[in-house]
Amino acid sequence: MRQRIKAGVVSKWLENTGPDSEVVLSSRIRLARNLRNIPFPYLASDSQTAEVAKQVRGLLQEKPDVFADIHYYAVSELTPLERQALLERHLISPALLKEDHNSAVLLREDESLSIMINEEDHLRFQCLLPGLQLESAWKMADHYDNLFEEALDYAFDEQLGYLTVCPTNVGTGLRASVMVHLPALNLTKRLNRVLSAIAQVGLAVRGMYGEGSEITGNLVQISNQITLGQSDEDIIKNLFGVTKQIVEQELQARQILLNESRDQIADRVNRSFGILKHAHLMSSQEGMQLLSDVRLGIDLGLIEDKKGLALKELLVLQRPANLQLLTGKTLDVFERDRERAKLMRQYLA
Amino acid sequence: MLCQECQKRPATVHLTKIINNEKQVWHLCEQCAREKEEFNFDYPPFSLQSLLSGLLNMETQTEAQPVDYPTTKIQCDNCSLTYTQFRQIGRFGCSNCYTAFSDYLFPLLRRLHGSARHVGKIPKRADSTVQLRRNLENLRRKLQQLVEREEFEKAAQVRDEIRRLEKEVQNGGEDYEAKN
Ligand SMILES: [Zn+2]
Ligand SMILES: [Zn+2]
Repeated sequence: MRQRIKAGVVSKWLENTGPDSEVVLSSRIRLARNLRNIPFPYLASDSQTAEVAKQVRGLLQEKPDVFADIHYYAVSELTPLERQALLERHLISPALLKEDHNSAVLLREDESLSIMINEEDHLRFQCLLPGLQLESAWKMADHYDNLFEEALDYAFDEQLGYLTVCPTNVGTGLRASVMVHLPALNLTKRLNRVLSAIAQVGLAVRGMYGEGSEITGNLVQISNQITLGQSDEDIIKNLFGVTKQIVEQELQARQILLNESRDQIADRVNRSFGILKHAHLMSSQEGMQLLSDVRLGIDLGLIEDKKGLALKELLVLQRPANLQLLTGKTLDVFERDRERAKLMRQYLA
Repeated sequence: MLCQECQKRPATVHLTKIINNEKQVWHLCEQCAREKEEFNFDYPPFSLQSLLSGLLNMETQTEAQPVDYPTTKIQCDNCSLTYTQFRQIGRFGCSNCYTAFSDYLFPLLRRLHGSARHVGKIPKRADSTVQLRRNLENLRRKLQQLVEREEFEKAAQVRDEIRRLEKEVQNGGEDYEAKN
């Protein structure tokens, strides 16, 4: 029987570790790769995308020891709930699920690495680590990219680099991104100014759940846009530098909050803490906002955290599909709100 | 000049039409012109897709001479995607499209990335002469700097290195592969 997607929290990036983790929740590296002359998934025939999947499976079987901790999941074999849960954990993209072109995802057991097969591009490597660890995530993605390259005929051009479906990815095929938690910049009304400054240096800003998603729970994703004419290292260094500055700005804003409105902020975060600990019905939107407050409260020392609360885990566990995987039941919206509140009460009791 | 519509017959009729204060000029053959007149210039349908391809086509509107639009039908012989289709959907069909459309890609890539030249990672398996050529470029730049600074002794060393690499490129990068 095939491996099921695990319930509960297993993704590496949800650990409460990593440099600058008081502001940076996660670092992600994505590499887009394609096979030479095989039409891209949206245009390929069924047998052509099957061929891509076959080559990848062949590679995994050829080196069982190297890929021992990696499991192959065909999208067609995943339940709708499992697909949604992987999306919520940021391990796959909506594009992988949009149309099934013999699509699949390879997952490392600690969920720090996922490789999407027949997504928009033939191959997409993705490494997700907690905190500000772009460099480590890059090394990991690079490592797996090299292993694949030994066996597969990549589409690469001396002048244009790695050839991709979309002209916005050609060159390095690299998208580096960080997810940052910026509650104090938001409360001190500086967030928009910081975000527009980021946009001006050629970086893209998004909400937690990708393109077009709103900024909820003070979580913002920042990523590079240019993939041609800059080396992988430069792209990563640039994003790292900008992220460091954002961390500094956020920490400054937190200090200002403490100095100038300590009582108001203490009141706010502890009220949120109270609601999380005692509510009986909760939407995921409300959950995100309250978790953001509590996290800020703990970071500012205004809420005592003796147990080392796993707030980042809760952020994902409380999402609809992960909640249902965890409880092992199919839940309607009302039941989810009830189970979500119960989950929060148990975690924070 | 060939007819814009059929791309087959010479354009002998030149029609000007003002749509939404924008002047549009059509260069058509007689046959296509007659058809156009009959349909009374159907307006291009507005869609997000056309908005997107409008962005892709920006320079054809701002510059008098369309620099990246072919006058004949360009098609990828591997996946059959045409250049026109590519501009409409903003996606390539296969890796060979990059070769098929190469004459028209540079303005687009420069607008997207500010550059049309890859300087990042190179696959190890890719022809190792790629790496060699890049090393050569760097060395030539270094040589120039050294000459400018009148550091001739060092410059001579770099020049010897360049000669050695040039030979290797000619030999198809075999020496380089053996060493690395
Ligand atoms: Zn004609
Ligand atoms: Zn093609």
